[in-house]
Amino acid sequence: MTKRIVILGGGTGGTLAANRLHRALAGECEIVVVDRDDDHVYQPGLLFVPFGLAHEEDLVRSRRRQLHHDIAYRDSGVDHVDVEANRVHLADGGVLGYDVLVIATGARLVPEETDGLTGPGWMTRTFSFYDLEGATALARALREFDGGRLVVNVVDMPIKCPVAPLEFCFLADWYFQERGIRDQVQLTYVTPLDGAFTKPVASRTLGGMLQDKGIELVTEFNTGEVDGAAGKLISFDEREVTFDLAVVVPVHGGAECIERSWGLGDALGFVPADEHTLQSKVRDNIFVIGDAAAIPTSKAGSVTHFEGEVLTRNVVRFLAGEQLDASFDGHTNCFIESGFGKAVLIDFNYDTEPLPGHYPAAVGLPLLKESRLNHLGKLMFGWLYWHSLLPGRDLPGVATEMPLAGKHLEVR
Amino acid sequence: MSTKVYAGTEVSVNDEGFFTDPGQWREDMAAEIAQEAGVGDLTGRHWQVIHFMRTEFAQKGTGPTVRALGKTSGVSVKELYRLFPKGPAKLAARIAGIPKPRGCI
Repeated sequence: MTKRIVILGGGTGGTLAANRLHRALAGECEIVVVDRDDDHVYQPGLLFVPFGLAHEEDLVRSRRRQLHHDIAYRDSGVDHVDVEANRVHLADGGVLGYDVLVIATGARLVPEETDGLTGPGWMTRTFSFYDLEGATALARALREFDGGRLVVNVVDMPIKCPVAPLEFCFLADWYFQERGIRDQVQLTYVTPLDGAFTKPVASRTLGGMLQDKGIELVTEFNTGEVDGAAGKLISFDEREVTFDLAVVVPVHGGAECIERSWGLGDALGFVPADEHTLQSKVRDNIFVIGDAAAIPTSKAGSVTHFEGEVLTRNVVRFLAGEQLDASFDGHTNCFIESGFGKAVLIDFNYDTEPLPGHYPAAVGLPLLKESRLNHLGKLMFGWLYWHSLLPGRDLPGVATEMPLAGKHLEVR
Repeated sequence: MSTKVYAGTEVSVNDEGFFTDPGQWREDMAAEIAQEAGVGDLTGRHWQVIHFMRTEFAQKGTGPTVRALGKTSGVSVKELYRLFPKGPAKLAARIAGIPKPRGCI
């Protein structure tokens, strides 16, 4: 009998996994992708929306059309997964049995978990740019903002694309300079971390960039409450930061269908998996890709892309009864937009933190340093996303394993 | 890496004071670690969190984050900050003799 692979989620991870698995197993397996809507959002583009540099119509395409035409697409939400019976119960009442399940349900924004955040001022004075609605509303608010204190706040980790809030600060600095009112705007970055970023060398560089651009940094601030009416963030240890406009990255959790599925998710709704094979901890025939996974990587599209190759190989090996390949190294690669047509590139994995040098080898894009070339790289990536990454092709010159050539290892 | 003496027994700790070998921890050491960490006298609520941290570590190999602790320990995040001011996950882990919770990236 033909085996069936069910993939939950038609975002970055689900789409590239489906297309790669289709190529690896053409004709041998039935592949079904399930998602509740047909709107695939290019999430890296959300950062540009508040500054009028991208618009909704540039960022959304059909989920179904990103899949090879032999891949089945089921337009339904998921109620829960029954891991004992190998069945997915759909929101429309349907049931899908599976031989292998790939979970690609991503991360969900949970602003209501923070006291006051969705109360008075939400979407008028406090915004998130992590979804289209918020990013679009924030674009209007930024256009009308003519001075005062703009606070960018990360409530708690983990979040998608941990560099995005920093990029927002850099772009805000550029945006208000362009408008000629930078001297009337106080920019403040408020983070629960003890520095600008999680990794020491990059944290120093990025912290220095905040300082150079006159952006105040408030660290170890664990937001307990957002008072939109009074315009203040209040931490659990009762410190306060006042604002005229707040851009808040809400806490993230896993998909609700994971929380409804016995045994599948952790306390936050993410799915524990082996960090090298991507096989779930709950059942051998369940694999996880992208933001849905509880593994120690950043929640970022580049990680998902690099996971794609190992995940595909392991699903194929699992079906053949072979030993899994434990080679995923946590490779992450991020362009950090820094304003004025420049960007910084960082490249790292589980063992090597972001370091200066060049990518992918001694001749290449400068690492941990502002450059115009990196900004062009970031822009080009939008095209590559739809035309190479989602179809599941390897990107030219970009290997799954993190390259060490070109990195300056002696900096610490 | 260095050593400390709690409840009359020498144990190994790292630069930040976290136990490097959770097996060396005993309940009667907790009060001294708590004093040293500025947490003060331990109440029943503190102990609920400390026991929870030990169990989580035994099962998962890492201590929970504050948010996960708030969802699963039966003590809210607000109360956790009252019990262990500044950093509940870090302080509770240190008093419970387990390594610093692996931060998120």
